[in-house]
Amino acid sequence: MDYSQFLYMKEEVSLIVVMAILFLYDLIASEKARKYFSVVACVLLGAHIIYNLIPTSTPGSAFGGMYYYTPMMTIIKSILTFGTLIVFMQADLWLKREDTKFKQGEFYFLILSTLLGMFFMIASGHFLMFFLGLEMASIPMSTLIAFDKYRHNSAEAGAKYILTAMFSSALLLFGLSFLYGACGTLYFEDIPALLTSGNYMQLAAFVFFIAGIGFKISIVPFHLWTADVYQGAPTPVTSYLSVISKGSAVFVLLTILMKVFAPMVTEWQNIIYGLIVITITIGNLFALRQKNMKRFLAFSSISQAGYILLGVIGGTAIGMASLVYYVLVYMVANLAIFGVISIIEQRTEKVSMDDYNGLYKTNPKLTFLTTLALFSLAGIPPFAGFFSKFFVFMAAFKSGFIVLVVIALLNTIISLYYYLLVVKAMYINKNDNPIEPIKTDCYTKISLTICLIGIIGLGITSIVYETITAFSYGM
Amino acid sequence: MNILLFFVIIPILMIFFLWISKNRNQIRGIMVAGSSLLLILAGILTYLYLTQRAAGDTAEMLFRSDYSWYSSLNIKLSLGVDGISVAMLILSSIIVFTGTFASWQLENQTKEFFLWFCLLSLGVFGFFITIDLFTMFMFYEIALIPMYLLIGVWGSGKKEYAAMKLTLMLMGASAILIAGILGIYFASGATSMNILEIAKAGNIPHDAQLIFFPMTFLGFGVLGALFPFHTWSPDGHASAPTAVSMLHAGVLMKLGGYGCFRVAMYLMPQAANELGWIFLILTSISVIYGAFSAIVQTDLKYINAYSSVSHCGLVLFAILMMNQTAATGAVIQMLSHGLMTALFFALIGMIYGRTHTRDIRELSGLMKIMPFLSVCYVIAGLANLGLPGFSGFVAEMTIFVGSFQHTDIFHRVITIIATTSIVITAVYILRLIGRSFYGEVKNPEHLKLTDATWDERLSAIVLIIAIVALGIAPLWMNNMIGDSVLPIVKALVIK
Repeated sequence: MDYSQFLYMKEEVSLIVVMAILFLYDLIASEKARKYFSVVACVLLGAHIIYNLIPTSTPGSAFGGMYYYTPMMTIIKSILTFGTLIVFMQADLWLKREDTKFKQGEFYFLILSTLLGMFFMIASGHFLMFFLGLEMASIPMSTLIAFDKYRHNSAEAGAKYILTAMFSSALLLFGLSFLYGACGTLYFEDIPALLTSGNYMQLAAFVFFIAGIGFKISIVPFHLWTADVYQGAPTPVTSYLSVISKGSAVFVLLTILMKVFAPMVTEWQNIIYGLIVITITIGNLFALRQKNMKRFLAFSSISQAGYILLGVIGGTAIGMASLVYYVLVYMVANLAIFGVISIIEQRTEKVSMDDYNGLYKTNPKLTFLTTLALFSLAGIPPFAGFFSKFFVFMAAFKSGFIVLVVIALLNTIISLYYYLLVVKAMYINKNDNPIEPIKTDCYTKISLTICLIGIIGLGITSIVYETITAFSYGM
Repeated sequence: MNILLFFVIIPILMIFFLWISKNRNQIRGIMVAGSSLLLILAGILTYLYLTQRAAGDTAEMLFRSDYSWYSSLNIKLSLGVDGISVAMLILSSIIVFTGTFASWQLENQTKEFFLWFCLLSLGVFGFFITIDLFTMFMFYEIALIPMYLLIGVWGSGKKEYAAMKLTLMLMGASAILIAGILGIYFASGATSMNILEIAKAGNIPHDAQLIFFPMTFLGFGVLGALFPFHTWSPDGHASAPTAVSMLHAGVLMKLGGYGCFRVAMYLMPQAANELGWIFLILTSISVIYGAFSAIVQTDLKYINAYSSVSHCGLVLFAILMMNQTAATGAVIQMLSHGLMTALFFALIGMIYGRTHTRDIRELSGLMKIMPFLSVCYVIAGLANLGLPGFSGFVAEMTIFVGSFQHTDIFHRVITIIATTSIVITAVYILRLIGRSFYGEVKNPEHLKLTDATWDERLSAIVLIIAIVALGIAPLWMNNMIGDSVLPIVKALVIK
């Protein structure tokens, strides 16, 4: 056996090492040492990011094509890990509570296992490998969602998630069996040559595949679990779910569409076209009436998923670059808002939008950060969200989807309206009983500062986007 | 380093220093220093521009420089100015300067107010110095969003409604504008978003022009109060705090006309020629309808806001005439209206601060109580109705002379219709002045009120000087602008 194949798996291996260390730390650390658990976790993950930041290998595959590697995957994996690091920091306050303190180690381990699952999913070269990765990313997730099992609706949300996840996995497997029936192979390398345009069995396989992965991205009409789960899950888990889980799935969708389903490009473009229109529109329309911040962000994240798909539809290099960039920008903005929601929830138990009325009077800094993050999500310059939105529009426009871009653009007005509603609540609305001034802990401060730098800096400096572009590739 | 960059750097520095400022005096100091610097900078730029032109530099844009930005997407920070942009920069710096003094007394959350105010001016200055479609659009949007908070938090009246309406309408327009800009970029097949290069290549297919011209024109036109999308303007301006009304009506609405002229018409001349008549009809409705609406209003700010709709309509009207005289008139009208309306809003803010009402039925005999403010208001009114000696006359005269150069029936008739707005303007201005400023003081409470303080006087006097200067000696400005509109007007002539 050629052991050099493992070199392609640098990220996975180093992540497994991090997981193993954390696991052992959880086992053997004394009560005193456990106080530094979050420091250890953050430092290890930070080291992992730095170690894997620069893509080293050239594209290639390992284990007979089961595992596949391109330098772009390093970029997306680094982005996802980076997001996970921020989630770790924001979770600290919540993990220090009496009822979760003793399961701190489990939290880190479970999150990293889902991350590892996503890594395998991203790097898979075979549909079974892909499926294993997907499951590995889903099942520990349901445990995480039910983490606060005696509080709120956490357990209910966990059950909802696992049931929907299983259902969508079944659909996906069903689709894969069709594909196997049609092609006789599940290797990504071999399938394209066997696919033909206009074959109904293959089309059915594709539709089931989209349904399965659509669940992870929560695109309409596979989004029904989203709001309830987001609301019920502990806030750090929600933020993880809304950003990292979604980001990885959308990238995988793009690579599989480009690599495997390339011969059916007209068919899948039509399907994605319809999905984008309903995802953006329905996500936006439902977000309008939400009164709970977490539910609100759930629908906002659904419509954002639609915008991310604009980068998928062309199947071009510029589309891939803008997609990865969008995921990064969306991540920092969303994590900033979730960070604020999380700390307010931990300190005051308030998550309703009405409670945010007059927040500016008492917590100007948190409000300011939230405002910038909301503006970034709404796509307003000079914040990074403007650039990422513009680039996905550009990518879709370049591929000729002009009407689609116009529909998406008109939807940005609706989204601006509901983002402004939150801004209005915080700055303009009066409140007799506002949230008292909140003391942020050091971890939250660091994580929010990182997010703030990202929101402002990612767009104004072009270096990140240019780096991503250098590694992107098209059909 | 390019001198134009300072127009962006100074507001950024102002934002930074405001961010770390501690008390109200520091904030005032930063604002005065920054806005004076901008004013001086605009003066220096004008001088350098004129000397460079006098030395025989005939390039379309001066002070050109390109900074590479998103190079894989051909996005650059391209700087450059011609006479139109220089005129607009002078206007903006005057308004920012006077706006600072007009909000001198502001007490509620001063720091945040000026922070957003600086962001707004950053957008405005950035828009006028760039000639790259992407960067232009970016600055355009930067200028829009602070309005929401500025009106929503510091405004008056039904401010929440007005702020939301204004933001959504303008952002909606800018959403259409994105499609237009992307259309221009991809249809032209250009390898750059630089306006000059796209215009020089001039290879946007005819069909594409017919689709993207209306989008771009409408996108910018909404900000220029194009009928029937002008409804954000009266509500927005009436609810906004003084300095914001000044900057918004004075400068931001000009972004619309400037964008229509420089982007929509310059880059897509064929479509402009074919579809121009539709927009011409819409703008003449703006001109007449705005003026008539102003007659029936009783709120000082609403009167001025509708008057702005009428006058900004005239800007779009003039650029659609597509000849040099009318286009020059359009730019002078932008300047003149910017100065006048800023003066109006400043004065209205000062009067409102004393009387706590803007209803003209409740105001009377103000001339006896606050002579300085009243005289200034009368001057602004006279300039607004186009009295010779003030800027309004120069602008409107040039526009109508230019418009009448067309010999066909359609243009003649529409010009005559638009000309009637001058008479209607006289009606509402003179009625308002007669009712509110002269006559007996009906409300005895008002007798206790005082006249303008030094900061208010300063801001009013600066604006009046500018209006009169433009009215008495318009020639240098006229020449500077006239030379610069020529390339665009030439592009609009289809062989």
